[in-house]
Amino acid sequence: MIAAHLPALQVVVPLILAPICIIFRSATVGWVLMLAGSWSALAIALAILEQVTTGGTIVYALGDWAAPWGIEYRIDTLGAFVLVIVSAIAAVVSLYVKTSIEHEIPPVRRYLFHCMMLLCLSGLLGMTVTGDAFNLFVFLEISSLSTYVLISFGRDRRSLTAAYRYLIMGTVGATFYVIGVGMMYMMTGTLNMADLAAKVPEVADTRTIQAALAFLTVGLALKVAMFPLHLWLPNAYCYAPSAVTVFLAATATKVAIYAFIRVVFTVFGGVEVFEAFNVQGLLMVLAIAGMFAGSAVAIYQTNVKRLMAYSSVAQIGYMMLGISFGSVTGLAGGIIHLFNHAVTKGGIFMALGCIAYRLGSVNLDDMAGIGKKMPATMLAVVIGGLSLIGVPLTAGFISKWYLIRAALESDAWPIALLVLLSSLLAVIYVWRIVETAYFRQPSRVVEEMEPAPLSLLVPTYILIGAAVYFGIDATTTIDVAIAAAEGLLGAKP
Amino acid sequence: MSPEATLLLAMAAPLVGAIGIFVTGYEPNLRESVTMVTALITFALVATLFPVVASGAAPSVTLLEMFPGLSITFTLEPLGMIFAGIASFLWIITSIYSLGYMRGHHEQNQTRFYFFFAVAISAAIAIAFSGNMLTLFIFYEVLTISTYPLVTHAGTEAAKKGGRIYLGILITTSISFLLLGMIWTYVEVGTLDFKKGGLFTNGAGAGMLGILFGLYIYGIGKAALMPFHRWLPAAMVAPTPVSALLHAVAVVKAGVFSVLKVTLYIFGLETLRDSGVSDWLAYVAGATVIIASLVAMTKDNLKARLAYSTISQLSYVVLGGMVATSLGMMGGAMHIVMHAFGKITLFFCAGAIMVASHRTEVSQLKGLGRTMPVTFICFTIGTLSIIGLPPLGGLWSKWYLALGAADAGHLILVGVLMLSSLLNIAYLLVIPVRAFFSEPDPDVEAQFNDHHDDHHGDEHHDHAPATGAGAPVICPAHGIHEAPLPCLIAISITAAGSIALFFFAGPIFEFLKPIVTP
Repeated sequence: MIAAHLPALQVVVPLILAPICIIFRSATVGWVLMLAGSWSALAIALAILEQVTTGGTIVYALGDWAAPWGIEYRIDTLGAFVLVIVSAIAAVVSLYVKTSIEHEIPPVRRYLFHCMMLLCLSGLLGMTVTGDAFNLFVFLEISSLSTYVLISFGRDRRSLTAAYRYLIMGTVGATFYVIGVGMMYMMTGTLNMADLAAKVPEVADTRTIQAALAFLTVGLALKVAMFPLHLWLPNAYCYAPSAVTVFLAATATKVAIYAFIRVVFTVFGGVEVFEAFNVQGLLMVLAIAGMFAGSAVAIYQTNVKRLMAYSSVAQIGYMMLGISFGSVTGLAGGIIHLFNHAVTKGGIFMALGCIAYRLGSVNLDDMAGIGKKMPATMLAVVIGGLSLIGVPLTAGFISKWYLIRAALESDAWPIALLVLLSSLLAVIYVWRIVETAYFRQPSRVVEEMEPAPLSLLVPTYILIGAAVYFGIDATTTIDVAIAAAEGLLGAKP
Repeated sequence: MSPEATLLLAMAAPLVGAIGIFVTGYEPNLRESVTMVTALITFALVATLFPVVASGAAPSVTLLEMFPGLSITFTLEPLGMIFAGIASFLWIITSIYSLGYMRGHHEQNQTRFYFFFAVAISAAIAIAFSGNMLTLFIFYEVLTISTYPLVTHAGTEAAKKGGRIYLGILITTSISFLLLGMIWTYVEVGTLDFKKGGLFTNGAGAGMLGILFGLYIYGIGKAALMPFHRWLPAAMVAPTPVSALLHAVAVVKAGVFSVLKVTLYIFGLETLRDSGVSDWLAYVAGATVIIASLVAMTKDNLKARLAYSTISQLSYVVLGGMVATSLGMMGGAMHIVMHAFGKITLFFCAGAIMVASHRTEVSQLKGLGRTMPVTFICFTIGTLSIIGLPPLGGLWSKWYLALGAADAGHLILVGVLMLSSLLNIAYLLVIPVRAFFSEPDPDVEAQFNDHHDDHHGDEHHDHAPATGAGAPVICPAHGIHEAPLPCLIAISITAAGSIALFFFAGPIFEFLKPIVTP
């Protein structure tokens, strides 16, 4: 009985737990609720993945209102995969968060923080499960609004401007998205994605639909932080509390990419979007520009969180590049990278959170010689860094392998070369950190530091361990990604 | 125990040892015992595999499927067996040597040193046993990363710079060329398994083969083919045992081994000969042989000179592969063995001289032979083997290389080999000759004695056995003894090995023969 309602429960459980935090107004209760919410979400997501892999796409009519009038939840392989990523990251973050916010958020406001984390989680999960274009907007706003609040919790006062900036940019993005949806509704009279997919081809040649596509793409690209619409991201990641940065970096942009894939490959699945509107060329150019610009700027950062934020801009470029090939291998490469980057970057930001917890800063200069004082933490940063470079036996290698393979299969060898060259830029920014941490003399502050507490290290190593594990045994992730890619491309008539 | 299990254990043993080293780091004697025992066990395991391979069997283990269609697989074949054999045998000797060197030199962080050393050896053996290109590539990169902390061991500004060049060149070449070539191969032929005769049997175009082959050969930066050779001299900032085992044996040999492996099992000698795509690389290798020798002449720093000599000698092996004849291939494969013993001896000697006398420059060594006779006799033996004179092993590999080049009609390359031998005499043999027959240079001796008086304790290695106060100025014997006993034992073993290889080259040749017989 329950099994049939899992898609609804996936969203509803964290959504209901969030206001309970407000009722109790207690940091501990809030944390326990967050723990319960995220772990039950993970259990549900795993159950859904199991159902999808054995029984195919799940279609769930919310409140028994049949589509296209009611809201429909629709979960295919890709959706189930993203659900697992998001809820797994949330579950690990919930272990990490209690210690991590000790120095960052005053006790009286912690219950609010937990409430917002739960809301954000349910928003992201909702975006993933929904099969309704407008409902996606609603969940997008739930997750975005809670994210703005979460960022402003940062210790540094600049977190307020960062949150404000993201609020402006995010709202523009969401508005663009809803304008696009409005235009689609005008032309087709439906908001259900599957329904849209069937009706769009008839009217695909109209200016309105083309404009709608433009609004949808730009709106979502803003949330994805795709170059050159990434300007909100570095500050938001940099000044948010450590746990929030981990959560955002590993999930928010990933779900936005998921929504992007949905729109391009499902809603417009009936149209040759790539050829008809030359989306492919545009995406590819911007993705490559992002890969280089993000990495190049990252090299010159002095704050490591900011450095990693710019690295994220570059990594998002890789994902978009994979998507832009429009082939099964390419799309699978993008999806694999989405997962691999989530665990890698999540792990790195957790390790940086450990450093911030002890040192109160993640400036490169303050971190001089820290390798000797926090060996386990720095080892995590190094392994994560190797995964960003794409060294074998880390998850990053698998992503890169598939992206290059996709490029070569499309006879685009210059692009393969560009992917490789841009990963060399990653060597430079990762090695700046390594050299600072291991070759410079520690300052007096660093000299007296203690290693990170286990309550932070264990979650960090869960993610970093995953980044290594999925770099060695990638058969599962790749099978899922290829199935997902085939599903998306197979939707074309 | 089945050969498959032994094969896996041989790679796992150094890793287990590494953990043991890490755990016993608090007690140096215990830690060194762990290293020694691990090295012995590893070699014993590798040694038991020799008869299996000699009987013509090719045991294979697939560890796991990394992604659909591609797995981490290990397969034994003669070439890899030889490489694993040398790496694991010389690890024992190097461990003995390190015992004297690292303590005599008062190096810091020795636990870290022994730990990464063991990891690097494990990676080298994994490269030797790899059954497909993906596996080889993975452990090639593991070897690069795990040797980085060894290269930068001193933690100084110079070490950091050396480390940058080391990692920069090795990572850049392997990622931009080798990885690209590999994925391209996979897209074209759908497999990366090593196969005798190569993978491109269905008549791929010469143009594509040429580019692809270039990507592979230059992608294997560890082979130090010019212009990607700068990392090797840069790596000389490492402690001498690292230079000796890794940068004369494990790392660089992993490079040339990979070159031969790619030549044999990805492209195939016949394909290469027919398409002629490897010819230009044979000449690049020839040029590297000569240019590196010329550069070596200009280097006064002993380790730098040996590094350039290594670059030159590595290109012998590459040349053997590039001429794409059976004899050339055999010569190249044998040169991996011969050069390993010769060059490790020379590096051991360089380290011994440094520990005993604190001298690092060639010009400071005049007359030192009389006070350090064992070291310099062994140095002479190593040099003669590098030159390729009887009764030393180096003769045979050079002989087959020349035959192989002649077979392919590259007479110029035969000339290159001969010329190179002359150059070897000019830049290597002069060192022991001057050490034995020249008078000590008064300026140098004065400088060294002053140095000891004024700056005692300034540098981390400045803890000379004697401080030199009031000693006669022109006397190199003053305060200088032979290197610590473990160093001398190690040097003598490798030098004796060079001689033994002259007499036992036959069995090695027979063992390797199956790689070129169809």
